[in-house]
Amino acid sequence: METIVTAVELQTNPEGYLVNYKEWTQEWAREVASTYQLELTSKHWQVLEWLRAKHAEGVALTIRKVGASGITDIKEFYQLFPGGPLKISSKIAGIPKPVSCI
Amino acid sequence: MTETMDMPQVEMKKPVALEKKPVKKMLIICSKGKLEDVYAALVLANGACMEGIESKLFFTFFGLEAITKKHAEHLHTATVGNPAFMPGMPTMLGGLPGFEAFASYMMKKEMDKLEIPHVTEFIEMIEAAGGEIFACKLAADMFHLKKEDFLPQVKDIITVGDMYALAEGEGTQIIYI
Repeated sequence: METIVTAVELQTNPEGYLVNYKEWTQEWAREVASTYQLELTSKHWQVLEWLRAKHAEGVALTIRKVGASGITDIKEFYQLFPGGPLKISSKIAGIPKPVSCI
Repeated sequence: MTETMDMPQVEMKKPVALEKKPVKKMLIICSKGKLEDVYAALVLANGACMEGIESKLFFTFFGLEAITKKHAEHLHTATVGNPAFMPGMPTMLGGLPGFEAFASYMMKKEMDKLEIPHVTEFIEMIEAAGGEIFACKLAADMFHLKKEDFLPQVKDIITVGDMYALAEGEGTQIIYI
């Protein structure tokens, strides 16, 4: 186990995903987002909260589902988290790495 | 001894540790119009977008069927000449009227269960993700297809030279299906 070097030290897996999503804090999320040069806007937070809620329900997340969430569409999702939206947003949201191929 | 001294010195290069170089761009060429081949191209292109890899799709020959307004939603899987399709089943059965349509219907049903989007939705997703879709000029001419015959996400009808230009830059991979 490793930890992402942030002010708030939480246990993550070697890829930087939080081990226990319940430990997640907004401060931690901001720190992880900054490693992607992301400043979290209210839209980002809405997406992150939605991802966390769905994860808590046991839903396997896909980009398509995010696109149908009513919070954002696929195009905007890619703009919010450039360079791999589902992976990056999942990491910031403190939920496990997505395993979807779609 | 002096002779060897005059020999040009060959510098021995030390092996350099292989540096990991990420894939930066994928150019996927889809030349086939069978359901499974088209999906392979779509999954690869969309998957690249999901990983933050630039993604270009080039459809040619029968692959063009996948991006026409008329046929994109009506692709079939081959039940003849496809030995991996229901192994053990005699090829002639696959040729019975309606068999291919039925098999394609069943396959699409299975894909729905896995929430795999239909072809047109998949293409919309790829475009929304920043992927670009092109049609081959030569094949379009051959099949008498014009820009208006293609789905609106098809950016342009281009030549093979234009296609190679899409692949320029370090870290590009080309896949031919």
